[in-house]
Amino acid sequence: MSERENILGRIREALKVPAPLPGSHGDTSVYTPAKAPVSHAREWLPSVGASMAEQFELFAKNAADLKADFQLLASREELKAALAKIATAEKWSLIASHDGELSNFASRSLGLPVLLTDKGYDVQAMEKCDAGITECDALIAQTGGVAVTSRSAGGRALSVLPPHHVVVARREQLVADLPAAFALLQQKYAPDFPSMISFITGPSRTGDIERILVLGAHGPKKLTILCL
Amino acid sequence: MSTFVSEFKTRATEKSGDLRHRQFIRTALRGYEAARDKRKGAFQSWEAARQAAAETKWEAVNHLDTHLEALVAKLEARGTKVHWASTGAQAREIIAKILREKNARCIIKSKAMTSEEIHLNDALEKEGFTVVESDLGEFIVQLRHETPYHIVFPSMHLTRGEIRDLFQKEIGDAPSDSPEDLTMVARRVMRQKYITADVGFTGANFAIAETGMISITENEGNSRLTSALPKTMITLIGIEKVLPRFADLALFLPMLATAGAGQPMTCYNTMYSGPRQPGECDGPEEWHVVLLDNRRTELLADAEQRDSLHCIRCGACLNVCPIFRNVGGHTYGTTYSGPVGAVITPHLRGLQDWKHLSNASSLCGACTEACPVKIDLHHHLLQNRRNASASEPAFFEKLAYQLFGIVANEPKFWSLAKKIGWLTQPLQRAVKGSALDPAKAWTKTRDLPPMPQETFKDWWRNRK
Repeated sequence: MSERENILGRIREALKVPAPLPGSHGDTSVYTPAKAPVSHAREWLPSVGASMAEQFELFAKNAADLKADFQLLASREELKAALAKIATAEKWSLIASHDGELSNFASRSLGLPVLLTDKGYDVQAMEKCDAGITECDALIAQTGGVAVTSRSAGGRALSVLPPHHVVVARREQLVADLPAAFALLQQKYAPDFPSMISFITGPSRTGDIERILVLGAHGPKKLTILCL
Repeated sequence: MSTFVSEFKTRATEKSGDLRHRQFIRTALRGYEAARDKRKGAFQSWEAARQAAAETKWEAVNHLDTHLEALVAKLEARGTKVHWASTGAQAREIIAKILREKNARCIIKSKAMTSEEIHLNDALEKEGFTVVESDLGEFIVQLRHETPYHIVFPSMHLTRGEIRDLFQKEIGDAPSDSPEDLTMVARRVMRQKYITADVGFTGANFAIAETGMISITENEGNSRLTSALPKTMITLIGIEKVLPRFADLALFLPMLATAGAGQPMTCYNTMYSGPRQPGECDGPEEWHVVLLDNRRTELLADAEQRDSLHCIRCGACLNVCPIFRNVGGHTYGTTYSGPVGAVITPHLRGLQDWKHLSNASSLCGACTEACPVKIDLHHHLLQNRRNASASEPAFFEKLAYQLFGIVANEPKFWSLAKKIGWLTQPLQRAVKGSALDPAKAWTKTRDLPPMPQETFKDWWRNRK
């Protein structure tokens, strides 16, 4: 018999005895929970305002708490200027990005050499890039974070290997909360999900030395979210 | 007395008298408590969320067979290779075999308590593989040849000065003792390792049956890089980690972050559903998922304590436990320490050898209250005590209770015993805490209140 059958057999044998209900302190009545206990999660998670303005305000506050830089921009010209300002301040000479309507505009606007990941790339070359510019799937007001996937954001490494991750997004990508973000991803991709979906909530961090916060542990030291 | 219990007692005595250690741990955890309370307060209803999380885990664990089969079918459909391991030895062999087949030399690892549980690093290093822990805390304890102090904060027992000295000695690079500088040393060391490692190894926080995904929670980005750059990826996961639905993560991810570290969300929460798919530009060519039982099915068979498989390894019960905070993480001598470790270790490694952990508790219930998935931890500690004494009763204890039963059931014996007690009291004081005192473990550090000359009964009879 295979280990798979052994393990499943032991599980089935064990489950013949019903377990008490959560929080019942030993009440052994057989219990069938609601179809999806988390379906009301929205009512328990931190509250989010109803209007778009409130949600953008919350996103901005959460992003600031996470030490991410969030800028709400009025036009492509402003986006171009914002990027140029960062590139000058940080003396960018090489950037990485991926093919996408907004990411193409952003990466080309700087006039710098761009490493595109779409058709494969040299990892050592990407490691030398000053920034990775990606699009995203959603901005989440509740957390101040973004959702990216291996399909929408140029693969798995682009959003974590370069020291500065710049997300270019559109206003309509803002969702209120985590349940909305999961629903959006499911609607957009199921059943053919990208092999990686990542919720990025602030720049990489650690507290492993005396619980003191340090940014840029292994991933980006800086996260900038530019929203049109 | 088994060596495990005597080692525990020795270490506990030493650590609880170490005021520097105690002060250091308390300071570290005070910051955690303030942040956790703030994040819990931001929830509209943390209590309703806990109940839903407990019910979701209940559903997952009590239909574990169907959820696992769904998970595996989905994973395999996208080209992931799934392996099943009944024991730690089988899991080690499966992983070593993959490494041999790939002619791998260097393995970059992101944090995985399951790998600590099966002592994977030792086994792989014996076979000649180089294993590099990439999580900063794990990297530090690996350099010290230590086990993690805490399941979430592996190096929380070390000061920056100790870490600077360690880096200086082991990697010859420690510009200062600032946490910032030291973190950047680890960052520099690790960058090339991600790129050159043959295999990336990860643990997992959740597995989603509905969509066939493994979800990994982290702050540093090391796990993201581990699963992006090496050509082969291996994930080791306990079979109990399954959740029914993709949308369940919308609740579990913020709860894990809040209970574990007082964060609204950890920095990276990533769901993997396969190796590199057609049209994708990077990611591993091969992904192996190893499902580990290692006596979890024995815990599953104990319906009374089955809910301890709900554990999401957030570490909240360790952080609030007065015993953990005084004796520290290494004293337990187990992979999983603190209250949840005391509950599950007797199941995973033998009740008689590890029953003492259930006695190292004040039964205050702080752990149960802190648990985001409502595991009835302090009741399980009592159940472990009951099970241990039922299966192997201590002779003198049993005798003492039998005698007590006889005396307490007969008023004549009872009043006689009180008289004898009063008369022999000076004797007890003379031998208190010495080898002659039968209750020395208790009386060594405590004074018995003197028995009054007149009992309540006598007083009642003679009042007026």
